[in-house]
Amino acid sequence: MSEFNRRNFLKIGGGVLLGGALSGCVTLGTSSAKKKVVVVGGGSGGATAARYLRKFDDSIEVTLIEANKHYHTCFMSNEVLSGERSMDSIRFGYDGLKSLGINVVHDWVTQIDPQARKVMTKGGLSFDYDRAIVSPGVDFKWEAIEGYDAGVAEKIPHAWKAGPQTATLRKQLEAMRDGGTVVIAPPGNPFRCPPGPYERASQIAGYLKQHKPKSKIIILDAKDKFAKKGLFVQGWKRLYGYGTENSLIEWVSNAAGGKVESVDVGNMTVSAAVEEFKADVLNIIPPQKAGKIAFSAGLVKGDWCPINKQSFESALQPNIHVIGDTSAASKMPKSGYSANVQAKACAMAIVDLFNDREPGMPSFQNTCYSVIGDDYGISVSVVYKYNKEKNLIVKVKGAGGLTPKDASKQQLAREAHYAHGWFANITSDMFGS
Amino acid sequence: MNKNSLMKLILMGGLAGLSASLSAAGPTPAMLSGTCAGCHGSDGSSVAITPSIAGHSDEYFVDTMQAFKSGERRSTVMGRIAKGYSDAEIAAMAGYFAKFPMTPMQQSFDPAKASKGAKLHEESCEKCHEEGGKLADDGAPLAGQSMLYLKYSMEDFQAGARDMPKKMKKKVKKLVDAHGQAGLDAVIHYYGSQQ
Repeated sequence: MSEFNRRNFLKIGGGVLLGGALSGCVTLGTSSAKKKVVVVGGGSGGATAARYLRKFDDSIEVTLIEANKHYHTCFMSNEVLSGERSMDSIRFGYDGLKSLGINVVHDWVTQIDPQARKVMTKGGLSFDYDRAIVSPGVDFKWEAIEGYDAGVAEKIPHAWKAGPQTATLRKQLEAMRDGGTVVIAPPGNPFRCPPGPYERASQIAGYLKQHKPKSKIIILDAKDKFAKKGLFVQGWKRLYGYGTENSLIEWVSNAAGGKVESVDVGNMTVSAAVEEFKADVLNIIPPQKAGKIAFSAGLVKGDWCPINKQSFESALQPNIHVIGDTSAASKMPKSGYSANVQAKACAMAIVDLFNDREPGMPSFQNTCYSVIGDDYGISVSVVYKYNKEKNLIVKVKGAGGLTPKDASKQQLAREAHYAHGWFANITSDMFGS
Repeated sequence: MNKNSLMKLILMGGLAGLSASLSAAGPTPAMLSGTCAGCHGSDGSSVAITPSIAGHSDEYFVDTMQAFKSGERRSTVMGRIAKGYSDAEIAAMAGYFAKFPMTPMQQSFDPAKASKGAKLHEESCEKCHEEGGKLADDGAPLAGQSMLYLKYSMEDFQAGARDMPKKMKKKVKKLVDAHGQAGLDAVIHYYGSQQ
C-alpha cells in the first residue's frame, strides 16, 4: 500500500500547491500525458501484465486492483493436497510489483464503465484508464450440479481456486480413514488447467499409497478423454496399480456414466448418470465460465470473452483487454503459462497502441507439466503463432508434443524436477521485483 | 529520406540489428523471448533448476537451439519447443538474451567441496571456462547455474547423450581418473558457490 499512499499524498500535495490556479481541471499530481492502465485481477495474467507493462514502458501508470492481499497459485496446489509442499510455497504477495512502481490496490472491482473509461470498486474508489486489462480468472456455474453451490463448496471444496479450500481438502484427506473413498469429479471442456484433475488424482494417490493404502480414488468424469490421458494411465499403471483390482485410482468416463448430476451433502453421495457413489472425501470441480466482472462489464459472449487474439482487446468493448482463463483465446488451453504469455502479448500491444502503432505480431508458448509421483513428471508443450485471417492462435506445425511414451526413468525424474523449476521461475516472472 | 532521418531510424530501432533478419510482420525479439521466461526466468536468469539462458554468446545460443531442433542434443521438452522457431527467430532470441547479464542463482552448496572444486576448475576447466566459469565467450556461463542442472549436463556428457568437444573430453577423463566423480561434484559446487 505504501506506493498507493505515497501517490495519494502527492496528489493531495499537488492539490494544495496548484489547487487555486488549475481548479481541478487536470488530474493533480500526475502528468496528463501519462497513459494509464488499470489491471483488474492480480493472478497469473494480471500480475504478469502489470509487471511487463512497466518493463516495456515505465512511463505508463499502472494500477493493479486485486481483492486479496495474497494470491495462491492453482498450479502446484495439488502438491499441497498430497503433503509434498506447504501452503506457504504457493502463496505470493504484491511487494515485488509495488517495488516496480505499480500502484497495487486491494479492493473489489464492482463496475467498469467503457464509455467513461472508469473502474469502480466496492471501497468507493474510481480509477480512470486509457486502457484496462481484465483478468479475473474463472467463475463457477453453480447451477450445473444439483445440490452444489458456493455455500456447499466450503464443506465439499472444489479447491479449483487455490487458497482456503486447498487447506480444507488437505485436512479432509488427512482425517480420512484408511479404506476410505475419495471422489473427484472433473467438469467438461473447456475449464482451467485441463490436466489438473488427473494430476490431483495422482498426487492424492501418492499420499494414500504411503499413508492409507486400502483407500481408493474414483474419478467421475464428464468427459471420455482428457489431456495427456495416455501418459497419465501409463503412470497410474506403474505407480498406483491402475487397471488391477487393487488400483488406487478408478476412472469412470462420461460414456460409462461418470457425469455427476447431483450431490447429497448430508449423505456424502453423488448421483452420476448411471449409479450413486458414496464418498469419504468429495471434490467436485464444477463447470466454469468467465469471472463475474467480465459479465457485468459486458465482455462475455456465451461463457467466455471474445477477443482480438493479436491485441487481446475485447471484441465487445473498446479499450478493454481480456487475458487468461476468462478470455476465449482458442486454441490455447486455460493455464497459468498461457495467461503469462498472453499478458506479455497484451502488454506489448498496449504499448504499441499508445504509440499509435499497429500492435505487433504476438508469439505464444505453453508447457504444462504434471507431477504424478515422486520423480515422475510428464508434460505437453505447444508453440503457437497468430493467424490474422482467422483471428486464431494456432499451433506451429511440426513442433510441440508430449513426453514420449518410452521416456526413461531418468527423463521422467528430470521432468518432475523441471516442473518445479518452472514453478519457481514463472511465479517470479509474475510476482517478482 | 535524408541522412539524418535515416540515422534516426537506425538509432530508434535499438534492436534494428537483431530484427533485420526477422520478417517485418513477425514477432519482435522481446516478444519471442518473453515466452521463454516461464521456465528460464525473467530475461533468461533462472532462480531454479532450469538453466539460465541470459549472457550466453549468440553463437552458443544458436548452436544449442539448432542441436535441440535437429534432435542432436537430447532433452526433455526443449527438442519439442525448439522445432517451433525459424532460424531467424532463434537468431533474434540469441541476440536478445546475450544482452542481459546472467544473475547467479541463490542455492546452497558445500563450502569444502567448493574450495576443492575451485582448484580442480583452475587445473582442468579455466582455460576455456574463464574467470571461474563466469565468462561465456564461446559458450554459456557455468558460474551461478543450478548445480542440479550442471549435474544433469555432466551425466549427459559422460553418457554420450550430449556431444563433448575433444579438449573437454580429455580434460574430464583426466579429472575423473584422478579424483573420481567426486571431483566433478566438487567443481559443480564451486560453480554453485558463485552467487
